[in-house]
Amino acid sequence: MNERQDRFSAKMLKTPPSGIRKFFDLIIGRDDIISLGVGEPDFATPWVMREEAYYHLEQGHTSYTSNWGLSELREAIAEYLGRYDLRYDPKKEILITVGVSEAVDAVLRSILNPGDEIIVAEPCYVSYQPLAELCDVKLVRLDTVPTGFIPTAEAVERLITPKTKALMLCSPSNPTGRMIPAAELAKIAEVVKRHKIWVLSDEVYCELRYDDHKHVSIGSFPGMKDYAIVLNGFSKAFAMTGWRIGYVACPADLMAQVHKLHQYSSICAPIMSQYAALEGLKSGADEVEKMRVSYQQRRNLMVSAFREMGLPLNEPEGAFYVFPDIRKTGLSSEAFATKLINEYKVAVVPGNVFGAGSEGFIRCCYATEIGKLREALRRMRLMLEGKPLDA
Amino acid sequence: MQEILDLLQNDARLTAEEIATMTKKSVAEVKDTIAKLEKDGIILKYAAIVNQEKLPDESDHVRAIIEIQVTPEREHGFDALAERIYRFPQVKSLHLMSGGYDLQVIIEGKTLKEVAFFVSEKLATLSGVKSTKTHFVLKTYKENDIVYVDSKKDGREGVTA
Repeated sequence: MNERQDRFSAKMLKTPPSGIRKFFDLIIGRDDIISLGVGEPDFATPWVMREEAYYHLEQGHTSYTSNWGLSELREAIAEYLGRYDLRYDPKKEILITVGVSEAVDAVLRSILNPGDEIIVAEPCYVSYQPLAELCDVKLVRLDTVPTGFIPTAEAVERLITPKTKALMLCSPSNPTGRMIPAAELAKIAEVVKRHKIWVLSDEVYCELRYDDHKHVSIGSFPGMKDYAIVLNGFSKAFAMTGWRIGYVACPADLMAQVHKLHQYSSICAPIMSQYAALEGLKSGADEVEKMRVSYQQRRNLMVSAFREMGLPLNEPEGAFYVFPDIRKTGLSSEAFATKLINEYKVAVVPGNVFGAGSEGFIRCCYATEIGKLREALRRMRLMLEGKPLDA
Repeated sequence: MQEILDLLQNDARLTAEEIATMTKKSVAEVKDTIAKLEKDGIILKYAAIVNQEKLPDESDHVRAIIEIQVTPEREHGFDALAERIYRFPQVKSLHLMSGGYDLQVIIEGKTLKEVAFFVSEKLATLSGVKSTKTHFVLKTYKENDIVYVDSKKDGREGVTA
């Protein structure tokens, strides 16, 4: 290690940059690429919500809020969570964070000690593992590829040791779009209770689910309140990624710890964003539904196209991603994605960035206008058929 | 049915096959539904939406909204007079209104003069028409759910987690 590097945190130096960075760099400044590599809606935030933020800016509401977040927003969230049989006290058990990302960080740092083990269901969102590893824990990878990306209670239990502190789940999942069936969640809940571990449940995509699939939170099963940490936010369903509003719902004693961290690192989430989020809960339902239907139509188009191409695929029940299996091409997911960008001008995210077990898959986001989706699919078909992209 | 209609209203060029894929219905079912929508007069036609202001000879195009007060006729109410008005090809829309006036006519023509002449010669002189008020359209911001002034740019980063 050189002298310069001695001046940096060894832990941070060891933390790898997100694997998506490389692909981001490949397409930066190029407008001839159709990107299926985004992780956010293609809609702008519904106007009622943007307008509400304008109003509060005009009124000069530009201060900090309580560390907890606006009490009206927490009350509205408590009511919203009630729809999924989650009962949380908005005064002591719900905290507004700067997106779900901050919530994940704050929760992990509030529960983990060096040497603990945390089980992460893979493939998973890119931040879980590095944030956990920064807490000096052992990351235990639960490979869900053999079970169609669904973590099973049996597989979870096999990985539990006396050092296991927590289990991390995301349903509907980024990057696979799959939802854990309620019956499996119930079994996982039993395992969690039996071993008295925490379960972090990232439910940020829960409003984006299709074909009448019901969202069930693992926190809603009997006796789970003491073990579940529900993470959610407004980025996906309300198309609010840039506003940075997420939240944690967990038991009050844990929240007292999470709250301290949030207070010192963020103070509070941005106030105008909180007002916009509140307006979304009050009057955004129709707009959310319109967006949901539009994603569902595009999902159907994507699933059907990949099946026609002969790429195996588990039909996603939610989120806005499909995660086809490209192993039959003989290419690694990185090689596949690189070739697709360079020769066919379509960007996707290679599966391996979502965990080592996800090699051989690619994540394609369909939150893109339908004409572009069709063209991207046409180009992928050309690549699979070994034909060049017409000029 | 509503979902198929919504899709077509947004993009009339979608094929029955594509709609079937997107809605997870059979192609036959989609075709039948569209045929029925056409037969029942719910879908009237498939047309392009043109932003007249972007046409190179945009100066040749004016649009006006005319408010007309009329004396309704015994037996026919407003309908007979309305028909006499909407048969003119210059009339693009015609609505019977509640409130301060009765009929709202939207007229398109090449010049202000042409439109004004049409109103004074053809509309104002119809028996039953008590008064007309002409408002010329200066700029269209949004019509039929379509925003005319937006620049549609995807501001998202190309690859994100």
